[in-house]
Amino acid sequence: MNEELLMGNQAIALGAIRAGVSVVAGYPGTPSTEILETVAARNPGDIYVEWSVNEKAAMEVAAGAAISGARALVTMKQVGLNVASDPLMSLAYIGVKGGMVIVSADDPGPISSQTEQDTRQFAEFANLPVFDPVSPEEAYEMIGEAFDYSEKYQTPVLFRPTTRVCHGCASIQVSEERRTIKPEGFIKDDTKWVIFPRTSYLNHLKIAKRDPILADDFSAYSRNTVSGSGKKGIAAGGISFAYLQEALSSLDTDCKLFRAATTNPFPEKLALEFLDGLEEVLVIEELSPVIERALLRLCGKHHLSVKIRGKLSGDTSPAGENTVESVKAAALNFLGLPEEQVDKPQPPELPIRPPVLCAGCPHRASFYAVKQAMKGKKAVFSGDIGCYTLGNAAPLNMVDTCLCMGAGITMAQGIHRVEPDTVNFAFVGDSTFFASGITGVVNAVYNETDIVLIVLDNSTTAMTGHQPHPGTGRTMMGEISEKIDIAAILKAIGVKSVEIADPLDLKAAVAAVKQAAEGSGVRAVIFRSPCIAVTKPAPAFRVDTDKCIGCKKCIREFGCPAISIRDGKALIDGSCYGCSICAQVCPVSAIKRT
Amino acid sequence: MKNCILAGVGGQGTVLASKLIAQCAMERGEFVRTAETIGMAQRGGCVVSHVRVGEDAHSPLLPLGSADLLIAFEPAEAVRTLPYLKKGGTVVVSTTPVQPVTVSLSGKSYDASAMLAYLRQNCEQVVEVDTAGICQQCSSQKVANVALLGAAAASGALGVTPEELESAVTRRLPEKFLEMNRRALYAGAKAAEQEE
Repeated sequence: MNEELLMGNQAIALGAIRAGVSVVAGYPGTPSTEILETVAARNPGDIYVEWSVNEKAAMEVAAGAAISGARALVTMKQVGLNVASDPLMSLAYIGVKGGMVIVSADDPGPISSQTEQDTRQFAEFANLPVFDPVSPEEAYEMIGEAFDYSEKYQTPVLFRPTTRVCHGCASIQVSEERRTIKPEGFIKDDTKWVIFPRTSYLNHLKIAKRDPILADDFSAYSRNTVSGSGKKGIAAGGISFAYLQEALSSLDTDCKLFRAATTNPFPEKLALEFLDGLEEVLVIEELSPVIERALLRLCGKHHLSVKIRGKLSGDTSPAGENTVESVKAAALNFLGLPEEQVDKPQPPELPIRPPVLCAGCPHRASFYAVKQAMKGKKAVFSGDIGCYTLGNAAPLNMVDTCLCMGAGITMAQGIHRVEPDTVNFAFVGDSTFFASGITGVVNAVYNETDIVLIVLDNSTTAMTGHQPHPGTGRTMMGEISEKIDIAAILKAIGVKSVEIADPLDLKAAVAAVKQAAEGSGVRAVIFRSPCIAVTKPAPAFRVDTDKCIGCKKCIREFGCPAISIRDGKALIDGSCYGCSICAQVCPVSAIKRT
Repeated sequence: MKNCILAGVGGQGTVLASKLIAQCAMERGEFVRTAETIGMAQRGGCVVSHVRVGEDAHSPLLPLGSADLLIAFEPAEAVRTLPYLKKGGTVVVSTTPVQPVTVSLSGKSYDASAMLAYLRQNCEQVVEVDTAGICQQCSSQKVANVALLGAAAASGALGVTPEELESAVTRRLPEKFLEMNRRALYAGAKAAEQEE
């Protein structure tokens, strides 16, 4: 045993290694990314690890491994599960042989996501068991248990940590032992591994028969617990249960507690034990009212007159993240205890600090070039998912739409059908292009749609922490593979006009966009310049205060966080990365390289 | 060891600072929990790290009013995070403001001295650290975090001595950055001693 300070995601990875996982695939997405990175970093040597091109590919790679008898892990964030839902829904019918755990990290708040969807609800929809860890140290153990259940019931299982479990750290005793599992290999059986309407009907019956048995098994699972006594009960799951323990530890009161660590199939026997003798229940959970609905159903099924309170009754917030404070306030109200009064002195007005593109980010230069090129012209800018979504902020204001991975390219086509006289731009990052951009470009080419595609190629998956992708030529096994060239792909699928430009050369970048804007069909400009986090800084710039006329053009038009105003003149701070765009924008040449 | 909250702006090195504190606590045989801001919010946005010590800590996030120590990398972020500090707790704050683009765009800059005055009015112990000055002395923009930790250690509120901190820094950082970080650590400690 070795004590380590581990992030929840690292704990999940080490727990999976300990459980004998041999194939790991995933697609980066906050808050799930560090799981796969940790497996790669701590790989004993015999685990195959890959960043797949997207979540659907990852799910299918893992499924192939699991039906060949290996333990397989697949990691993604909650919206990634939407991308992977096609193979997942079918795999739930077919089942697996080796244990297969799908980690889908939920993000209450949301802190870095497009939706507040709940993987526990997805589990109900897909007929899959789901595990909901309360802490990093529990996640370390629970991931192994999830593999065991998966093998016992020959089904993939979902594992859904939330942001605070994924990114929280705890000191954890790490075991050096590791299970060895020798996969049997793929055994041909077309009645089992080939999905057909008839087999799906039969498998659906099997799942219906299995669920009550698995539910009873979960009632006996040590992480589903009932404790305490009284006429009032509080039920919780995930990190909310930790908040509840924290809140109750400062109160002198007793009530019955139920922790639901697996919500599908719902551990009804244990829940009935909890409900027995209660008059009223408060449910504390994040995202969807999953436990609340399960308890309501159970009360209906057994004609229990227990009042269930939670999100549906308006006792807790239907959206956003819970905190110790919000849980405590709800518990005090429910238990009829007086509210706590906190006296808060009025602070001075605080500056608003939204996230911004980094100083020196090539995306800022690309957006600026497109903005300059389209000045005074009618244009719509469809954005996508990545750091470059931040191009929506003032003063750039260059993201008019953003929906989901790859959608910018295809939404621009729909906008064009309604507004043919507008130039429709679609911005896509390099990793997003590979993940789900290519089919959208094929769609535009084949259907003869006029769009300007701007590929922001910064040679990495920046937002999630610089993972390799097919354009980088590196894999998670540490091997160098041949780079897949975005320009060559575009040409191969029939894009006639493909220009490559350096966004840090403003004049040339503007000219490339102007030319593309005038053509027809699909025209592509690839802005190629590496993310500042994967490259060394160029010599920084400084402002010659004698020359600076204080026009603030460098701030007003460009919005670089390294530039601020002091005594009426521009000032460049130590975060300058030397991109030079401010110097190219300055009307009096007051900005010089140091 | 104590409960500690760190606040700053994405990119200032709050995560490494919280890891160093956690490492010191673990070396004393304590159970540690931390929570950090990672992802989209970190790019120039407000970031907060929570460090909790002791087996009775269930939640990774500190409850409001429960931190013994607030280490703020930026004056406005100190004020924003102040509700987490317990009555009688200590604030270690950098006096160097980071102007957000939203403020610069309006052609203004926010007033850091008003933030520092508010802290002094509302907290019993405030240690101000001129991190810009220390960074200049050490010829590195990246040592503000270690300077603030040095001040926190010397103030006594961290429950770790500057020497323990130095040994954690030595184990964690690459050789070539050690000397500048050591200098920053003791420059920070000196700032705290002068405050007293």
